[in-house]
Amino acid sequence: MIAYLFLLVAWPLYLVGRNAFADGLSDLRSILTDPDAVHALTLTLQVAAASVVINTVFGVGISLLLVRYRFPGKRVLNALLDLPLSVSPIVVGLALILVYNGRTGWFGQALESAGIQVIFSGPGIVMATAFVALPLVIRAVVPVLQEVGDEQEQAARSLGANARQTFFRVTLPAIKWGVIYGVVLCLARSVGEFGAVKVVSGNVLGSTRTATLMVEEKYLNFDRGGAYATAFLLALVAVAAIISVAIIRPKEPT
Amino acid sequence: MTAETFAHRHPPAGSTPHPPAGSAPRPPAGAEPGGLAWGSQEGGLPLTPASGLGLGVAMLWFSLLVLIPLTAVMVTASEQGWSGFWRAVTNEQTAAAIRLTVATALLVTAVNVVMGTAIAWVLVRDRFPGKRVLELLIDIPFALPTIVAGLVLLSLYGPQSPIGINIANTRPAVFLAFLFVTLPFVVRSVQPVLSELDREAEEAAASLGAGRFTVFRRIILPSLTPAIAAGAALSFARGVSEYGSLVLLSGNLPGKTEVASVRILSSIENDNLGGAAAIATLLLAISLVVIVAVDLLQRKLVRRG
Repeated sequence: MIAYLFLLVAWPLYLVGRNAFADGLSDLRSILTDPDAVHALTLTLQVAAASVVINTVFGVGISLLLVRYRFPGKRVLNALLDLPLSVSPIVVGLALILVYNGRTGWFGQALESAGIQVIFSGPGIVMATAFVALPLVIRAVVPVLQEVGDEQEQAARSLGANARQTFFRVTLPAIKWGVIYGVVLCLARSVGEFGAVKVVSGNVLGSTRTATLMVEEKYLNFDRGGAYATAFLLALVAVAAIISVAIIRPKEPT
Repeated sequence: MTAETFAHRHPPAGSTPHPPAGSAPRPPAGAEPGGLAWGSQEGGLPLTPASGLGLGVAMLWFSLLVLIPLTAVMVTASEQGWSGFWRAVTNEQTAAAIRLTVATALLVTAVNVVMGTAIAWVLVRDRFPGKRVLELLIDIPFALPTIVAGLVLLSLYGPQSPIGINIANTRPAVFLAFLFVTLPFVVRSVQPVLSELDREAEEAAASLGAGRFTVFRRIILPSLTPAIAAGAALSFARGVSEYGSLVLLSGNLPGKTEVASVRILSSIENDNLGGAAAIATLLLAISLVVIVAVDLLQRKLVRRG
């Protein structure tokens, strides 16, 4: 069992770290001084930040609605919210292209004439990333919301708190760890998105190329050192996310 | 990360140590079609104007981002008619890609069912040093960017392999990549169920003379089956839709190591959106079937618990 995990996960992961530092720090340094590479890393961070903000607001809102309210079609919505998890990233990209491309897209033409380009630019990348990471916050917050129940909220309301006060003073502190847990997962997923971004971004050097696309590009161009160094940075984010999730988890109310 | 959140999403009924603090009495399962099967407060409040507005805004965003684009895929696929759709998915190269994807995903799922259950077993029932590290290792395929996952595997099983195994650009590479990205699903869905399992029945069976294998087969396995099946379904869906980890590892050789997602991408790049949409619709159908199957299995799980 341990050998299986070792051969499948641990050893390969270790080798990437070693390959990244095969020439000492020079590969890492050349990544961090190459303006295109820095641009790609910054773009990835900006896109991930945007996707996390969108998904956190949307996720907390929809979780509250799903848990606290009743409305027709709730069960269908609940199932549909999981859809982005099992859809191929390439299909995600294709779907966004069909609707938002400037030439033939359903909404793309109108947006294009309004001067907004979605596909092959920032908004498209953010949408693709937000799409694939969409269910993560919801799935982290819903169980916590159910556990804490709504007695405290009712008490707050009966004491005269309005909806805003109830949410910020009572609900949010209670589900804080669930939200943070979801945000960490969402961040890791957003930083690492590759397939969907590849389809919608156009992969323009120095403009819409993200860090994951840069790994592929560098590897295929025989810049192995650069590819491993970038991969190492991305893996670092992933491992940091996993470790912080492991630390957060016991603090969750169970 | 999928199965991770998934495991948290559907706690089996027995895993809640205290009953949820819902004020509304719980109606019998399935009595209210609008209710959440696993919800603690099946009724909930009726919508207020403010929350109704919130729901409207959320639904608008969800439609713009997910529902309308996915509908567009199916509409584009149907525009070419049934014969066009059929031609697109039975094109020799495409059919080979779909066969490879589905066959490999099935094989990987079978391995995951065995290994995943065994790993979950070890994590729940045994105590050993380094267990926390093992827990972390299992989650890594969730969080690791898929392109990095491909590179990671390539470094051990590629041309520069330190152990002399080079499977780059072969079919075993596709298998290996699927195995890596789907590793956590069965483990994470079996683990919570296994740790809630009542040991008394096992002890009773053992005291009545049942061997260890009989105890496992007759007592433990039946309660784990829905969880294993749910994990297997997720792992199958993830395998079928995998793309990123294969880019560097499998070489995408047409008819040999090319998977369905790669076929869609090359159709997009050749400006053949109709053909791409046809294959994508097929994959979407698989995703939908899996989601429905998981939903049904989870309800069964909750009832059993």
